[in-house]
Amino acid sequence: MQDTSFNIVIGGAAGQGLATIGRLFSKGSTRAGYHLLVNQKYMSRVRGGHNTFAIRFGPDPIVGPTESIDILVALNAETLALHEANLTSRAIVIAGDDLETDAANVLRIPFKTLAPKPLFHNTVALGVLGAVVCLDAEILERLLTETFAKKGESVVQANIDVLRSAYAWVTSQEYTFPCVAPSEKDGERIMINGNEAIALGALAAGCNFLSFYPMTPATSVAMTLIEKGGPLGLVYEQVEDEIAAVNMAIGASYAGARAAVTTSGGGLALMVEGLSLAGVSETPLVCMVVQRPGPATGMATRTEQGDLNLVLYAGHGEFPRAVFAPADPEECFYLMHRAFDLAERFQVPVFVLSDQYLADSYRSLEPFDIETLPHTARPMLDADAAEYKRYLLTEDGVSPRLVPGSTKALVRADSHEHDEDSVITEDGLNRMMQNTKRLNKEYGLWDEVVEPDYYGEDTPDVLLVSWGSTLGACLDAMEMADFGKSVGVLHFKQVWPLLEDTFIDYLEESGTVITVEGNATGQFSKLIAQETGFIIREYILRFDGRPMSAEYVLAGLNTILETME
Amino acid sequence: MVTVEDFGQFETTWCPGCGNFSILSSLKKTLSALDIAPHEVVISSGIGQAAKMPHYLKCHMFNGLHGRSLPVAQGMKMANPDMKVLCVSGDGCSYGEGGNHFLAAIRRNMDITLLVHDNQIYGLTKGQASPTTERGHVTKAQPAGAPSEAFNPVSVAVAMKASFVARAFSGEPDHLVDVMTQAMNHTGFSLVDILQPCVSFNKVNTFAWYKERTYFLEEHDPTNWAAAMEKSDEFGDRIPLGVLYRNDRPIFPVHDRLALHEYDTNDLKAVVQSYT
Ligand SMILES: Cc1ncc(C[n+]2csc(CCOP(=O)(O)OP(=O)(O)O)c2C)c(N)n1
Ligand code: SF4
Repeated sequence: MQDTSFNIVIGGAAGQGLATIGRLFSKGSTRAGYHLLVNQKYMSRVRGGHNTFAIRFGPDPIVGPTESIDILVALNAETLALHEANLTSRAIVIAGDDLETDAANVLRIPFKTLAPKPLFHNTVALGVLGAVVCLDAEILERLLTETFAKKGESVVQANIDVLRSAYAWVTSQEYTFPCVAPSEKDGERIMINGNEAIALGALAAGCNFLSFYPMTPATSVAMTLIEKGGPLGLVYEQVEDEIAAVNMAIGASYAGARAAVTTSGGGLALMVEGLSLAGVSETPLVCMVVQRPGPATGMATRTEQGDLNLVLYAGHGEFPRAVFAPADPEECFYLMHRAFDLAERFQVPVFVLSDQYLADSYRSLEPFDIETLPHTARPMLDADAAEYKRYLLTEDGVSPRLVPGSTKALVRADSHEHDEDSVITEDGLNRMMQNTKRLNKEYGLWDEVVEPDYYGEDTPDVLLVSWGSTLGACLDAMEMADFGKSVGVLHFKQVWPLLEDTFIDYLEESGTVITVEGNATGQFSKLIAQETGFIIREYILRFDGRPMSAEYVLAGLNTILETME
Repeated sequence: MVTVEDFGQFETTWCPGCGNFSILSSLKKTLSALDIAPHEVVISSGIGQAAKMPHYLKCHMFNGLHGRSLPVAQGMKMANPDMKVLCVSGDGCSYGEGGNHFLAAIRRNMDITLLVHDNQIYGLTKGQASPTTERGHVTKAQPAGAPSEAFNPVSVAVAMKASFVARAFSGEPDHLVDVMTQAMNHTGFSLVDILQPCVSFNKVNTFAWYKERTYFLEEHDPTNWAAAMEKSDEFGDRIPLGVLYRNDRPIFPVHDRLALHEYDTNDLKAVVQSYT
């Protein structure tokens, strides 16, 4: 398949407004009917530093980020210095007329003449970019109207005037850039990033309680929940620490709320004891974990898939759990919804494990289908007071969960080992029966496992194994691979429990099996070995804080295949 | 009519003579006098001897983690404001492990009552110093005497303008019932710090020690913050018992019962639509 996409990189210092330009342009392209994928890189500071907002866009669906640049919008000299080497042969550089560049194809914007005040430089850059890619100016005008409506008519008009002058200026310039028409629109699309999609998935599942402590890159999940869920009746509190967050969510869940916590690895580290509490007290809890590189504070605004082991093992003692790992905003939405359902049905903690790259990556998508979403499970509101036992021994391990306060039946939950009535006991036989009861829920979870997706032809020479957000880079690499070997991709969007039967054939029947992970130790491939005995010997691992890209996968593939020859 | 018997009679794991017993019976009396039935109250507790309390009572309970009874209680209250929520724990649990939650709960001011069995020692783990252990008190873990100054929970609570702050003594059960009743009737976060002799591990702050020093507050105006500040600092030769401080601060916003909450599909569609 021919690559019809273009990669735009807008670079500058924090505070220069590049994200505003990027978001408006992306939204405009989405409305025009383009597909897109955004990759944001930013630094842990409010002003200065070097940030980029990269938009890969085109008429066909796009799955992964790329490192080559077709349009470079430089808001400062550093952007040129850092990115000129990645320009493609067709590339165009858009920069202020005060910046020096040796690029062949350049548009030097006279910001001072096109804008009455520096305040409007963003609108100038947006107009120039829109004109270069032949985006209908009217779409951007409407977006500016929506964006500045709150600031009044005159601000809207001033921005529209500036946008028009930018479009007119581009028409008068000589440059070459091949515009591509958007795809035929099959209806309205939404533009949404991973964190927003996680929040919406939670709301769609009926999430109505959030306790959180801010931590990048998870914070925007909480912010979206508060902004969009507040009017839907979501109750929330920014608490004193992550320990409070997890315990408060457990208290709310016990009392009948559909509770969630949002955090990153460092915050989850603090929640560990609480997860164990959810396990033994059998309280449903959904944890949205957005990874960034560790250990400890690591790199706050970069990406990594380094916390799989933490999520798999967080919590002392033995209790069941499920872990989902979405690849894109669409999976974020549907897997979040599923996470709430499983948490309630099995009364266990369920994790949705994302990362900074996915968190901040916008895509254009078909709107989520709210109508056909299955109903999520609910706790009981009624029970016979004389017979009710919170920890009743059952075959499938699931005891009746009653919301306290609706009937005379007493609901007694406990962190100690307890009997069916929640009485503390150290009786050995009871311990085995209650512990087994809890662990038996694992069988039920097995029945609900989301099987991995396979892409590519049967029994490929090379099988790339991805989980979470590395899928896009693997699919792109599969398309681009050109060394006379067939390539397949096996993608896991649920990483625990693993059901050997659903994927072992792919591993056994493919030529070279390679895991592609955003960490330094191949955590997922070790998990596969532990669960199946199948040892994956080749890895493509990225842990420089940057997202996996097709280029990175291909370079890794080349090295692996060369050393094998 | 709710009676004391409605709350059941259980075997406990407390030492004979422990101050916890009278706190338990006082709580039963308070609840029945207030006509609060077992299924109308939920107790969140932490870990320690004191925190076993809900196991010895018929009621809803969540016996969670050491130090974490307050976050759990507040989550419950937010999910179901109709529930009477009590928090019961020891001084180590509430002021040590849960110190940050204690401060945050005072600020948040939900309508819940915190009963702290303050025996100035760690009971369950056999006698180490707790945050309220007085400086110099010799224990097995602090053979040279507890090196830190004791935490004064009521002073801190009054300083933070907590909504309701009281001190009681398990050796004065009638007064304790009265204070508990006032705390539970008060709308807002209520702290009752209850002096509770640990007969096994605290050989300094014994029944006799407290008896000698405690006196009932009279002619004290609990709405006078400066006077409350002064009284709350009194701990040594004389220890005042009673309601130290009280105010009508606004409570944390309450919502409908979340278990009954359903969203409107059209509202959710509008949210999705806002991303076009
Ligand atoms: C996280 C954690 N740390 C330590 C303990 C052990 N522990 C149990 S009770 C307790 C102290 C109890 O003291 P206090 O809260 O004063 O209650 P008391 O037993 O005196 O009533 C400790 C340290 C625990 N259960 N969990
Ligand atoms: S150890 Fe102390 S506090 Fe615990 S039951 Fe015995 S006397 Fe009471």
